[in-house]
Amino acid sequence: MSAFWAVVQRDLVLAMRRKTEVITAVFFFVVVAALFPLGIGPEINTLRLVAPGILWVGALLASMLSLGRLFAADFADGTLEQMALSPNSLSVLVAAKILAHWLLSGLPLVLLAPVLGLQFDLTEEALWTLTIGLLLGTPILSLIGAVGAALTLGVRGGDVLLSLLILPLYVPALIFGAGAVQAQMSGLGAAAHLSILAAMALVAAVFSPWVSAASLRIALES
Amino acid sequence: MLTVSHLSLSRGHRRLFSDVSFSLMPGQWLHLEGDNGVGKTSLLRLLCGLGVCEQGEVTWKNQSIVQEPENFRADLLYLGHQLALKEDLSPLENLRTDALVAGRDGSVDRVMAALGQMGLRGREHLPVRVLSQGQKRRTALARLLISRAPLWILDEPFVALDSPAQNALSGVINAHLNDAGMLLVTSHQPLSLQGQALSYRLTA
Repeated sequence: MSAFWAVVQRDLVLAMRRKTEVITAVFFFVVVAALFPLGIGPEINTLRLVAPGILWVGALLASMLSLGRLFAADFADGTLEQMALSPNSLSVLVAAKILAHWLLSGLPLVLLAPVLGLQFDLTEEALWTLTIGLLLGTPILSLIGAVGAALTLGVRGGDVLLSLLILPLYVPALIFGAGAVQAQMSGLGAAAHLSILAAMALVAAVFSPWVSAASLRIALES
Repeated sequence: MLTVSHLSLSRGHRRLFSDVSFSLMPGQWLHLEGDNGVGKTSLLRLLCGLGVCEQGEVTWKNQSIVQEPENFRADLLYLGHQLALKEDLSPLENLRTDALVAGRDGSVDRVMAALGQMGLRGREHLPVRVLSQGQKRRTALARLLISRAPLWILDEPFVALDSPAQNALSGVINAHLNDAGMLLVTSHQPLSLQGQALSYRLTA
């Protein structure tokens, strides 16, 4: 377990020493969410209608920005090699990297979303649903993204391939995440949507570190 | 002990090496020689379990390293061409994380002592990016002093080191060999180490 926290701590410290990466993703999310109300105009009903979709797509793209570098730096400097040779399970160490990625690129979005939601005149309940939905949904983005990042590691033009590979897999999280807010606003209640999101997060948490670790070993073979 | 039997490896249609066999007992060290591009690094990576054996088998303590990788990795220390150091972290932070990831004792005292012994006293807290190439290599090699792994696999460990550092490294390796450790090393320079020396020449 100490190895797990050591990896989390290393990734967090590295991100704090080089803040641009974290700030870029967060700033991207803020700008995207702020541009839409300006472009669409002040029609409140329209804004409320499009808000969940826009905020979710923004979060999804923002969390993808830093995915390409999730394993690339470790692969380039040999840290990944040492992790693969550790007697600790590589899946556990990969899970630590995914947790660090979520703390750096998912959690800030969750905390910002209610503030940005105000621009779309979302009600208090809708803002809560949005935040809880993102809290359950952004880990799914990091978990699925890690599989894609591991599969495209060391591939030339991997970043484009990564988005082609990963974006379709994000669709269920997007549908149920944005759907939860819409359901809440239409008075249906978001419990069902949020439960499905939670279930998806659990399934991804079980399989993603294991699958990512297997594809990282393949990348290290060459 | 490490036993390698009838190992071969191809890259594409090109056969890099075939039928490599040797064994290494406690206190012995093996100097792996060969021309550039003959596959020394590939062989070392294969022996660490980073590659897949097409033919042949590697066993550690009579267990295949493919079937029992955890036992083997706990006993192995591999240092390749890549130093596995983060430029933005200090040598101390780098080696502490590294030790914890490798399941070793990463206490501050132990890491500081190792860095001091490799001649990096006073530089423990500087970011690695400001260190010279040789100092970076010394930092990476300080792992040898933190590890208690019986099997060391080192790829060109003497490259870019000045003569005091080379002597320090030889001393560390000799202590390891006297302590019934094992060493597999590549180097283009002649090596003089204690313990029983073996050599294997890799040919295409």
